[in-house]
Amino acid sequence: MTDLSIDLGFLKLKNPVIAASGTFGYGLEFSPFINLDKLGGIVVKGLYYSPCQGNPPPRLAETASGLINAIGLQGIGVERFSEEILPRLKDYNTAIIVNVCGEYEEEYVSVVDFLNKKEGISAYELNISCPNTKKGGLCPALSPENTYTVVSLVKKISLRPVITKLSPNVTDIVEIALSAQEAGSDAISLANTFLAMAVDVETRRPKLANIFGGLSGPAIKPIILRMVYQVASCVKIPVIGLGGIMSGSDALEYLIAGAKAVEVGTANLVDPEATIRIIDELEEYCVKNGIKKIEEIVGTLITQ
Amino acid sequence: MIKDPQACIVRKESWKDYHLLSLESPKIALEGQPGQFIMVRITEHSHPLLRRPFSIHSIDGRNVEIFFLSSGLGTSLLSQKKTNDTLDILGPLGKGFNLNDHFKEKDVTIIGGGRGIAPLYFLAQRLSFLGASIRIFYGGKTLADLPLKDKLKKAGFDTFFSTDDGSFGFKGLITDFFKAELEIFTPIHIFSCGPEPMMAKIAKIAQKKKIPAEFSLESVMGCGFGACWSCVRKIRRGNKEEWVKICEEGPVFSADEIIWKEGDK
Ligand SMILES: Cc1cc2nc3c(=O)[nH]c(=O)nc-3n(C[C@H](O)[C@H](O)[C@H](O)COP(=O)(O)OP(=O)(O)OC[C@H]3O[C@@H](n4cnc5c(N)ncnc54)[C@H](O)[C@@H]3O)c2cc1C
Ligand SMILES: Cc1cc2nc3c(=O)[nH]c(=O)nc-3n(C[C@H](O)[C@H](O)[C@H](O)COP(=O)(O)O)c2cc1C
Ligand code: FES
Repeated sequence: MTDLSIDLGFLKLKNPVIAASGTFGYGLEFSPFINLDKLGGIVVKGLYYSPCQGNPPPRLAETASGLINAIGLQGIGVERFSEEILPRLKDYNTAIIVNVCGEYEEEYVSVVDFLNKKEGISAYELNISCPNTKKGGLCPALSPENTYTVVSLVKKISLRPVITKLSPNVTDIVEIALSAQEAGSDAISLANTFLAMAVDVETRRPKLANIFGGLSGPAIKPIILRMVYQVASCVKIPVIGLGGIMSGSDALEYLIAGAKAVEVGTANLVDPEATIRIIDELEEYCVKNGIKKIEEIVGTLITQ
Repeated sequence: MIKDPQACIVRKESWKDYHLLSLESPKIALEGQPGQFIMVRITEHSHPLLRRPFSIHSIDGRNVEIFFLSSGLGTSLLSQKKTNDTLDILGPLGKGFNLNDHFKEKDVTIIGGGRGIAPLYFLAQRLSFLGASIRIFYGGKTLADLPLKDKLKKAGFDTFFSTDDGSFGFKGLITDFFKAELEIFTPIHIFSCGPEPMMAKIAKIAQKKKIPAEFSLESVMGCGFGACWSCVRKIRRGNKEEWVKICEEGPVFSADEIIWKEGDK
């Protein structure tokens, strides 16, 4: 038997595989397909304080081995989430992580303040990196200062561990990661989507109504993997890697590069059983290679 | 919602750009209702990445049938699949047409444009089973876009065909043909699927004549089962308008719920 569990310090996971925000609904959408208890964790869809209508369609365009989305964080808001969803998620034995969004710095604080009083949440993931919010909407993850401000404001009031989700759309990812660490973040998830676009040549219109969206899927994996490696080598807090993970082998690349856990996003849309398959493939790899505890493999990249 | 990773293609029929695949998938066949759809994985590799949505065209015992137009990378790869190949499918998904006993011995009209005929064959079969008297209007650009015309006739439905170029049946738009025929009869219900401008026109006619109507809508789908919020359309609920996931709450909506895309009116 392989021990697949992972200790993030502030949170113990059954295994390193977490479902990524926005690609796993509020979790319950997947219960017809898989046993949610088997997951390391679930990050639910991004929540603003109030319900949010999101962007007009088309909201999604497929590209080579990837997709660009501009959902615009349509969602039910914290009140309905705590009344309708949280009580039902309690029946599942997996870490529930809430993806916290904000148009303004104060909104992150209000969401966390509201959810602090509710049971059944293991941690918050601060989505300071969504490229889809309206123009003028804030994306603090683009600067070390703004990252520091939001994370420290939230850390001041949060009763739960805080994972800061970074944007890959920056020149120096290490600088931002260090800033999140300095502000007291308990972990880093890396990364959100790449700002991107696609054009319909027949109509000469952008394929997304929002013009821009966020690129995810296998196409982005090599770039984010590089960032995870760079960041994991510099920070002390755990790094959770995500971007284009479709298989156990993709997840292993991130773990070897230094991620303590991984999140699986786009793969869930293609195959609702993806997370479970990835967990099984990780176990197979460990058995085959005589690894007793999967944590042994974290950050074991051989560079010479 | 069932995932069948190995639905075997037991029969394939092709007409130029249109194709029919019959997939052996007993569990989905047992549950599928007219207007519901399945998500088909085109390849196990990463391009094209997303599954493609297809309406259930018919259910034949243990088999679920889809009928599609090859119009892009995904559908063209799918059209190259052969009998005995297997496909990874999810279904049945969404909410289908509203069927009930009240259609017994009543006149109902079904209007399909191009590949929009796909879900309507299954619908007609079920309505016929319920004892409804069915007229089917089926329009296309040209004769080659009416591959199902003989099948519909053979099934015993009262059929009305049109082509834009007059190569078969009424010359002109199916909506004009339908409008002309409405001088002679009035159905108690209209069901339709096809290009958006066609459906918008039918909705307008139906509204004028106060005939209830239902339409099967399309939009780009990331997942097909409610997880990604990519497939929304603006839907009227009471006096509110909101973005609704059509994979969950549709793809079928009634005329009074649908807000047609701008420029389609
Ligand atoms: C609920 C539903 C049921 C459908 N049923 C049928 C059917 O029975 N028969 C049939 O021929 N077609 C049907 N379609 C349309 C069919 O899904 C598209 O033609 C197909 O996805 C095109 O894929 P492609 O790779 O060939 O085209 P591409 O243009 O290469 O596709 C690129 C992307 O756009 C999406 N896309 C392109 N056109 C459409 C469209 N019209 N609607 C939604 N997404 C689209 C694709 O899924 C893909 O993600 C249905 C669509 C929906 C939403
Ligand atoms: C449809 C869609 C919706 C998303 N919504 C969110 C969200 O609400 N909050 C968030 O932090 N990230 C969101 N993301 C980003 C993913 O969680 C993930 O960071 C990104 O897609 C990269 O991982 P992947 O390649 O495995 O999908 C979304 C991604 C997609 C494709
Ligand atoms: S297609 Fe994903 S929510 Fe409808």
